[in-house]
Amino acid sequence: MTSSLLFNITTLLYLASMLAFFAALANRTKPFFGMAGSYIAFGGLFLQTIAIGLRWKESYTLGVGHAPLSNLYESVVFFSWTIVLIYGLLDLKYRYRVIGAFVMPFALLGMAWAQLGMKSGIEPLVPALQSNWLLYHVITCFLGYAAFAVACGISIMYLIRETHERAAQANEKSVVATFPPSRVLDDLNYKAIMIGFPLLTLGIITGAAWANYAWGTYWSWDPKETWSLIVWFIYAAFLHARITKGWVGRRAAWLSIIGFAATIFCYLGVNLLLSGLHSYGG
Amino acid sequence: MTTNDKTWPQTLWDFFCSLKLTMFLLIALAVISIIGTVIPQGTPPPEYLQTISQNKLKLYQTLGFFDMYHSWWFILLLSLLCINLISCSIKRLPGIWVTITQPILIMSDELGGSLSSRKMFMINGDARTLCDRVAAVLKMEFAAPVITEDGGAFHLFAQKSPWSRMAVYAVHLSVLVIFIGAIIGSLFGYKGYVNIIEGQTISNVMSRSDKEIDLGFAVRCEKFSVANYPNGAPKEFKSILTVLENGRPVPDYTNVRVIVNDPLSYKGITFYQSSYGKLGEHEFTISDPDGKNPQPLSIKSGGSAKLPDGNGICLQETTADISQFQSGISGPAAQVEAHLANGESKTFIVYADNPAMNKMNLPYTGGKLLQYKGGEEFVYTGLQVAKDPGVWVVWLGCFLMVVGIYVAFFMSHRRIWVRVENGMVTIWSNASKNKGGFQLFMKQLETKLDKQYSVEDNK
Repeated sequence: MTSSLLFNITTLLYLASMLAFFAALANRTKPFFGMAGSYIAFGGLFLQTIAIGLRWKESYTLGVGHAPLSNLYESVVFFSWTIVLIYGLLDLKYRYRVIGAFVMPFALLGMAWAQLGMKSGIEPLVPALQSNWLLYHVITCFLGYAAFAVACGISIMYLIRETHERAAQANEKSVVATFPPSRVLDDLNYKAIMIGFPLLTLGIITGAAWANYAWGTYWSWDPKETWSLIVWFIYAAFLHARITKGWVGRRAAWLSIIGFAATIFCYLGVNLLLSGLHSYGG
Repeated sequence: MTTNDKTWPQTLWDFFCSLKLTMFLLIALAVISIIGTVIPQGTPPPEYLQTISQNKLKLYQTLGFFDMYHSWWFILLLSLLCINLISCSIKRLPGIWVTITQPILIMSDELGGSLSSRKMFMINGDARTLCDRVAAVLKMEFAAPVITEDGGAFHLFAQKSPWSRMAVYAVHLSVLVIFIGAIIGSLFGYKGYVNIIEGQTISNVMSRSDKEIDLGFAVRCEKFSVANYPNGAPKEFKSILTVLENGRPVPDYTNVRVIVNDPLSYKGITFYQSSYGKLGEHEFTISDPDGKNPQPLSIKSGGSAKLPDGNGICLQETTADISQFQSGISGPAAQVEAHLANGESKTFIVYADNPAMNKMNLPYTGGKLLQYKGGEEFVYTGLQVAKDPGVWVVWLGCFLMVVGIYVAFFMSHRRIWVRVENGMVTIWSNASKNKGGFQLFMKQLETKLDKQYSVEDNK
């Protein structure tokens, strides 16, 4: 059994989970589909956890042992893992399965891109990454990113549902009517960002601590650093929006979506489009 | 007096206390920060300057776009954010302070009406006995209550984590602490770099602004080495450094290994492995194929030269003894890359003691014979040097921020008031965060209290 095979099965499971969630939206009377979506996602998460551990072990067999968080492929796989993990935690705690329909596509997209479009070879660690800070920094950042991905999915749902609530008649039986009420979605969005914001803060701080330890500067306005700060500003604005007149509701949801777009740019755009210190693809 | 008649200090104060200003500043900072990630910061590289027009360059320079994070307008926005968060804190803290230190012990119906959660029980029994029972349940399930007797009724007040209300101000304070740390660093610290040749000692480094800084001690590079993975990718860059005071090695700072991600710190100054290179001078001769008419040719390590036919050659690598790379051959040798007239490049070895083998390179050197004579080469290590006395203040701020955010998000000030009168118990409750979770808790607590009364009733 190789990690590569397990990653492929994981990808298929995430696809199946997403389709099940879509079916759950279309068949509001049958709770079976929602349950299937959740359980398949958890199965995928379990397999992917094993696969990541296996890849870690394989790197030691190759004599270049390191945590599988060192290049673009490994980070995208890990990103998918964290998205499903955060979704799972929210599902277990708040029991609004159907948000999976708007969250699993992100996880599937990540896995499909990694498995189909990227080189997956295990490479040795360049000197700049040979530090335990790599683990702390990458894990906190990606858990934060994942919480923002979940929040973004929920915000899109919120905007659709909120528009619908204003326009639709009571007892209407469209797909949107199966969404949780906009009040609940607004609250879930906030809960997801409450997970993401402290993690992003920790991610930025561990990054600064590492930079200070390795280069002697905790902050050098490198594009990656600056974009992480931009993301931090946007979510700080989101947190303040909830107590500011005129910013509650739709505007806050838009901030959450823009925040995730900035997150993705910070993660991928900076590496692909801008130049700087952070050129490992992680 | 209408609201339009506010005095200007009042207007200014309200402006700085407003959350709308906070929203504006956070979004403005997010948007404006993008500029410096698109336009290169510091001295713009020549390749970039070629892509923009003269007018644009002038405009960017005037606006400070090439060092935007230190420009007056960026600093102004950050300062406004600081003033904003200080003002907001000053405005709201006194009220919060009173809530924490002087809790309402007796809940009135008017005040209680504004609380979301209220529950009444009608029970037969003596108020004092009931009060004791309620107090016992509160103490067991929540927190020990303060009991006030007033006009025949008993007022119980219990609370948990009142200090969590301060967390959001701790986060605001932490932002200021981080800024203070950054200011200390920029006033009393510096960033610099130094190259030290193997075996050499330095006592000065160059700052980023090209000023020479005296370290107050000396550093010697004993050795520098590079290790590679089997596939050729770099594995480790390693300098062996010794710190010297008055020319004498300092114990514990002798032969210290410095690699990427593992620096050397001495007297608040830290040395980081950053780059390396070679310095040296190599002698070649260029002659007719039979060795006649030799002309000397000297090339620096990593440097290049022009051959008589006009083609250029680059010196890539040299060794004092080739036998470790090629068996059966010995003596000094150099690896050279020739740039041919047809645009191609060719890499080959030039030997010092094998003129016959050098003849094989004639096609790449314009029919002339290139021979290596040997040379002297020194390896140097490139070190980043930093002194930042403010860094601990920054870490203190970061610590405060993380703890503050955690408490602000996940802890809540929970309060319970109970009024026990003859025949009636009224309960109010309030939580500063996670109201839904607290309502569940209250339901369970009320069920427990209810059970207590039922036991009483059945007796």
